[in-house]
Formats: sequence, C-alpha cells, structure tokens
Amino acid sequence: MALLVVEDLHKRYGREEVLRGISLELEKGETKVIIGPSGTGKSTLLRCINRLTEPDRGRIWLDGVEVTSPRTNIYRIRSQIGFVFQDFNLFTHLTALDNVALGLIRVKRVPKREARERALRELERVGLADKADAYPAQLSGGQQQRVSIARALAMDPKLILFDEPTSALDPELIGEVLEVMIELAEGGMTMLVVTHEMGFARAVADEIIFMEHGVIVEQGPPEVLFTNPRVPRTAEFLRKITEFYGKSG
Amino acid sequence: MSLSDWNTLVQGVPTLLSGLWVNVQILLGLIALGFVLGILIALVQVYSPKVPAALAVGYEWFFRGVPEMVLLLLIYFGLRQFHVPITPFIAAVIALGLRSSAYQSQIFRGAIQAVGERQMQAALSIGMTRLQAIRYVILPQALRLSIPPWSNEFSSVLKDTTLASAIGVIEVFRKARFIVGRNYALALPAFMLVALFFLVLTYLGNWLLGVLERRYRIPGFEMRGAGERF
Ligand SMILES: Nc1ncnc2c1ncn2[C@@H]1O[C@H](COP(=O)(O)OP(=O)(O)OP(=O)(O)O)[C@@H](O)[C@H]1O
Ligand SMILES: [Mg+2]
Repeated sequence: MALLVVEDLHKRYGREEVLRGISLELEKGETKVIIGPSGTGKSTLLRCINRLTEPDRGRIWLDGVEVTSPRTNIYRIRSQIGFVFQDFNLFTHLTALDNVALGLIRVKRVPKREARERALRELERVGLADKADAYPAQLSGGQQQRVSIARALAMDPKLILFDEPTSALDPELIGEVLEVMIELAEGGMTMLVVTHEMGFARAVADEIIFMEHGVIVEQGPPEVLFTNPRVPRTAEFLRKITEFYGKSG
Repeated sequence: MSLSDWNTLVQGVPTLLSGLWVNVQILLGLIALGFVLGILIALVQVYSPKVPAALAVGYEWFFRGVPEMVLLLLIYFGLRQFHVPITPFIAAVIALGLRSSAYQSQIFRGAIQAVGERQMQAALSIGMTRLQAIRYVILPQALRLSIPPWSNEFSSVLKDTTLASAIGVIEVFRKARFIVGRNYALALPAFMLVALFFLVLTYLGNWLLGVLERRYRIPGFEMRGAGERF
C-alpha cells in the first residue's frame, strides 16, 4: 500500500461541490505537484487530507492507517503530516525557535531542553540558525516560510503538504524557499505540493496532477505532461502558467 | 472650615483608608471572577456549538443590561430570601464580578477573533487539540491584545466598588458619608479626598497595566506608544 492513499474524496460547500471524487496515491519518498485554476479545490483537497476540513465522502489512508475512520486519533495523524501554509501562519508571539519547538513540547511531549536543541537543528537545516531568537514580525516572508517548514520538519512527518508555499512571496524570496523544498524532496521526503512553480515541478516532481472543477483531469510525469499531454486542456493550462510564471519559475 | 473641622478630617483619614482597603478587596475579587468567567464566556461564544454559544450571548445580554445597582440588590436580597447566608461583601463581589465578566467577555472575544482562525489552523496542523491551541497559541496572543481595552474596564469597575455601600458594605464612600453626616462642613473636603483616592488607584492600576503591556510586547510588532503613559 502506498504511503498516502486518497480514494474518491468528495466535499461540498453549500450547493457547490468543490471536490468531486478525487483519488490519488503517493509512495514513500515521492513528490507530487498539484496544479489547477483558482477555486478548483486544491486547498480543500490538502485540508481534507489531514482533516482540517472534514470530507463528506471518500477514504484516506496514511501509512496503512485510515485517516477518515472515526476511531482514528486525528491529532496523532496530524502530528505526522506537516502542513505548510501559503501565508506561513507562524505563531506571532513566539520566536522562530519556539515556533519550531512548540509542537515537540506540547504534542510529542519532548522535554523542553531536548526540544529546543532539535528545533535549532531544524532551523540550521533551513539555513536560519542565526534567526532562532527572532520573532516572525522581524523576519522576511522567505525566512518566515522557511521557519514554517522547519516547524513541520521537527515533528518527523511522514508526509508534508504544501499549499502554494511561495505565492505570497516577493519574487526575489521565492528561490530560497524552493531551494529548501528541493533539498527535502531529494533527501527522500514525501511531499504533496500545490504550486505553479514549474521549475520546481520539473526538477523534483515524480508526477504533476492537473485538477479542475473538483476532479483530476490528468496526471503524469512532468516530461509527459509538458511534451505530450493526453488532454488538450492540460496543454492549454500548462502553457498559461509557464507564460505567467516563466519557464524556470 | 475651622481648625477643629480640619482635625476631625485628619483623624478621619485612617478610617477612610481602611474603607478604601475594602474597596480594593472587592475590586480584586470582582476582577478575578470577571476575568475567569469573561474568558470562559468569550471562548464559548467563539468556539462552542450553537446552543452553548447562544446561552453565552444570553448571559452577556443579561449582565450588561441590568443596572448594577439593581443587580446588587437582586443578588444580595435574592440569596437572603432563599436563606443563603451571604455577606454584603461577598454579594458585592459576585454581583459586580458577574457584571464585569459580561463586559470582559466582549474584550476577550474581540481579541480572540483578532488573533484569527489561521493561528488556530496552524496549531491544529501540528497535532494540537483545540484546548491546547487555545492555551498555547490563541490566549497568549489574545490576552496581549486585551490589555488596552481591559484598562478601560479596570477603571470602570474600580469606581463601581463604591456601589457596594448600597447593600451595607462599609467601604470608603460609606465611611465618608458617616464623617460628613456628623459634620456637614466636611462634605466637600471629605468627598474630595475620596475622589483623590480613586484617582491615585486608577493611576496605579493603569501604570501597572502599562508595565505589563511593555513587558509582553511582541518584538517586531510596531505598536506605537504601547504601554506608554504620561
Ligand atoms: N470554508 C469554506 N466555505 C465555503 N466555501 C469554501 C470554503 N473554502 C473553500 N470554499 C470554496 O471552495 C472552492 C474551492 O476552494 P479552494 O480554496 O479549495 O480552491 P483552490 O483551488 O485552492 O484555489 P486557489 O488557487 O485560489 O487557492 C472555492 O469556490 C471556494 O470559494
Ligand atoms: Mg488554494
């Protein structure tokens, strides 16, 4: 069984069916990139995977444990799934170090000293050991996002979900975040990434998933999708985002 | 005012101060009660399902709507009616504390909502329960935001402690009236003295809150003039 299995996921907001039967799998160590127009349900899909939003129908497994089962301890599952938000969402009242250590201390019950040592190592990993004592408001957007990646990493996640991690950033800050993400992907982390940075997708994605109106239109390796997509709509959308974000983007 | 009037007044100062100490005790009691209940009411209003949230709104409506004097009398004489052996002092703490909790709840609710749902989502995403998220992420930020509006409530309830005289608590206002009752020439200076006491307490309280605000300011959050006074 794959590390992450999503089977026939449905979600409706009022009369609008946002997810209309999404199925996907992620093997351990794989990175998949989700693309698709705005309002298509990409964020909703990620939020359903760790049940920050309750799906209406469908099942999800993480490492053989059914996430969607009512008997599952959802807090435990969430502590095993990192989530990186578009607008960072660091805890504003805590230093970078304490942002990273908080989950270790309160969720994993690691002793404070040990937690802070671990947190410092994670900050080193994203190149921010020198900013350990800075508060979020004292950091640039790129630095904040790297801290939030460190916060996810500290929990030893089996999987990290990224929801447009660079789209709130100034162009000159995007690179530093993508660099960290590429390193993670190459280091064997399992990642599901909503992004329109096709440079990143080409570099590390095992597959690109093209979503529209709550369904997966097409999925496949980047080479295939870029050169020889099955559906004309995929080609059209890929052309649009490469124009908009640039080839290296 | 004659010299002997002055003498009486000066002799009355310790009495007045002992009365003021009662006001301070009422203040501490009612603020503690209002603080704890206020936070609970705010949390229920923001996070709980519809029915408890609606009850919390009803509670807030009641205790903000009934005049404080009426509330004092209702609670004191009401409990007496049912043979609850309640002292005027305790009745005052409860009545004023419940009233304050309704006002404080709205301070905390506003602050919790200002902290925002995203902080909650981030806390949940690392595996925290809602209670943990409230305890370690939401409240530490919301309480900081609450200090400036809370200083308003503080100044207001401080003065309200004199209302306790209506149900027979011997506090500073009651003692002043006693002094004045025996010597009308002292009316103006005695009440001026009481006013001065409250001005000093208001100043001290707000100064302390300013210290707290500076102490817990979040670096990088430019809150101009945060906690600065005079
Ligand atoms: N909490 C909510 N309540 C009601 N409707 C919602 C909610 N969250 C999302 N929606 C709706 O669901 C649809 C999909 O939203 P979603 O955020 O998943 O799209 P997206 O693909 O991530 O878009 P974007 O690229 O703009 O981030 C949108 O029409 C949105 O308005
Ligand atoms: Mg989105």
